[in-house]
Amino acid sequence: MSLSDLLILLPQAFLLVWASLLLLVDLFISKERKVITAILGAAGLAITLGLTSGQWGSRATGFNQMVVVDNFSVFLSGLFTLAGLVAIVIAYDNMRRTGIHKTEFYSLLLFSVAGMMLMSAAADLIIVFLALELLSIPLYILAGLAVPRAGSAEGAIKYFLLGAFASGFVLYGTALIFGATQGTSLAGIMASIQSGTAELPLLVIGAALLLVGFSFKVAAVPFHMWTPDVYQGAPSPVTGFMSIGAKAAGFAALIRVFSLAFPSLAGQFAPIFAVLAGLTMVVGNVAAVSQVSIKRMLAYSSIAHAGYILMALVPLADPSVAANSTASALTYLVVYGITTLGAWAVISAVENADGGDTSVRDLSGLARQHPWLAAAMTFFMLSFTGIPPLAGFWGKFYLFRTAIEGGYTTLAIIGLLSSLVSAWYYLRVIVMMYFRESEAGASRAPSIQIAAILLALAVLVLGLFPSGLFQLALQALANGVS
Amino acid sequence: MLEYLPLVILISLAAGLAVLVVILGHSFGPHRPTAKKGLPYESGMTPYGPGTRRMSVRYYLVAVLFILFDIEVVFFLPWAVMFRKLGVFGLVEMLIFIGILLVGYVYAWKKGALEWE
Repeated sequence: MSLSDLLILLPQAFLLVWASLLLLVDLFISKERKVITAILGAAGLAITLGLTSGQWGSRATGFNQMVVVDNFSVFLSGLFTLAGLVAIVIAYDNMRRTGIHKTEFYSLLLFSVAGMMLMSAAADLIIVFLALELLSIPLYILAGLAVPRAGSAEGAIKYFLLGAFASGFVLYGTALIFGATQGTSLAGIMASIQSGTAELPLLVIGAALLLVGFSFKVAAVPFHMWTPDVYQGAPSPVTGFMSIGAKAAGFAALIRVFSLAFPSLAGQFAPIFAVLAGLTMVVGNVAAVSQVSIKRMLAYSSIAHAGYILMALVPLADPSVAANSTASALTYLVVYGITTLGAWAVISAVENADGGDTSVRDLSGLARQHPWLAAAMTFFMLSFTGIPPLAGFWGKFYLFRTAIEGGYTTLAIIGLLSSLVSAWYYLRVIVMMYFRESEAGASRAPSIQIAAILLALAVLVLGLFPSGLFQLALQALANGVS
Repeated sequence: MLEYLPLVILISLAAGLAVLVVILGHSFGPHRPTAKKGLPYESGMTPYGPGTRRMSVRYYLVAVLFILFDIEVVFFLPWAVMFRKLGVFGLVEMLIFIGILLVGYVYAWKKGALEWE
């Protein structure tokens, strides 16, 4: 290890040190002034965002080629830090209102973001595993932050057990791949496959185990069963952060591993990805229709969105489509991230003070009491559905287009039909807010309102000018991944 | 796959021996059960109270803290043995390691995890 190694991982290292210090500093901040902790946490993320965006355009490997910082990692690191920032803004008001303002939240969130950033920069299966643990363990605790609320404890335990199980899959897959190729570095694995020294059956089983582990993280059917319970039980700001952070980190690992280490296996894995994507889209969207709780509904919706993104991993074998399809996955992650954070911000504002479950019915009449929140929520729901002038439409457009270009028209049709189903439950929320008489109470804290409105604006702006984001995603792949 | 054959032999020998010993002891050994022999094992002491007693959750907390600082020593030992070879690099690494542990220690202390009541 040398100093240049540390410079490569400076954003991650800085964030880890900052999070550790924040944990200590928070102990000496009096109960009435905990806003300082929140501000310090946000400041740490903002500085990290600055540090990581300074690395855009360059490509460097460090720690014996175990980590690589390229545009791909910077792109996703930006997404993770921004998601963390939004989560802090949402959480400060929501957690005080629901009486669970435990200030470990902020340092745990920072640790998790650091893990996600490390995941996006991993060039070795050992680092992938390390990052997976670093991002997951804080999330297990965060999911249980509302203990003694029973739902939160249940969700945290479920998430922990199934997450540990998934980590086991990743580790076992890594071990088998190491056995097959005598190495764990992604570049080394690819070299071993290309030179023909790899033991193929063992390698394929190892890769399949990795796929299972990552599918748990991104909540793909049939590895999605934990999602509704965890999303329902965890505090809403945590869920909002988890729904994009953990998912994007899982996809970062999937894209890195399957496009860098196993490009020659892409043809064999295409049918598996296709079935995963199709199942995930259909099951997620159909199960969401019958949900009473809006938290469970959004959980199933997040499963469905993972299905759309999985579609981008199907045509990786075709070099003429691979770059476009990976870029469309990145685009969709950003679009989905903004939308889901916004939706969870609104739920955080509407949630009862006891922090219990929130049903779709609880939103009824929101438009009269809180026109801004209702308008923002309308944007998010329409974007989730994929209505044209909004970002969600373009996200889906790019995904479906690359699926068709890759020759998977059936998959695109399944995606299209299942998003038609999704319109029903997304539009139901809008109907509830605008056409039902009732007074839905909501937090009047300006922080949440501003966050929701800004995110809604982002959804609109990205919808009006979609090509910029897609070009950025293409650039993110230009110097490393594809 | 042939290089794994010794491993297979080892595993089957170990498992076979364990099963064999239990069967032999069971079929040829004397059986003179007394009430005292049938008692649950409690580290050689006479057991008292019901076996499904509730345990204070504090034991759990102390156990977790114990593991934390126990592992610290586990890492210290090889470092101390190799101290001269690792040089300044090893010293800095170990200082970082202790620093991280110290954060956890101060946190646990300040949060009152070390208080019994």
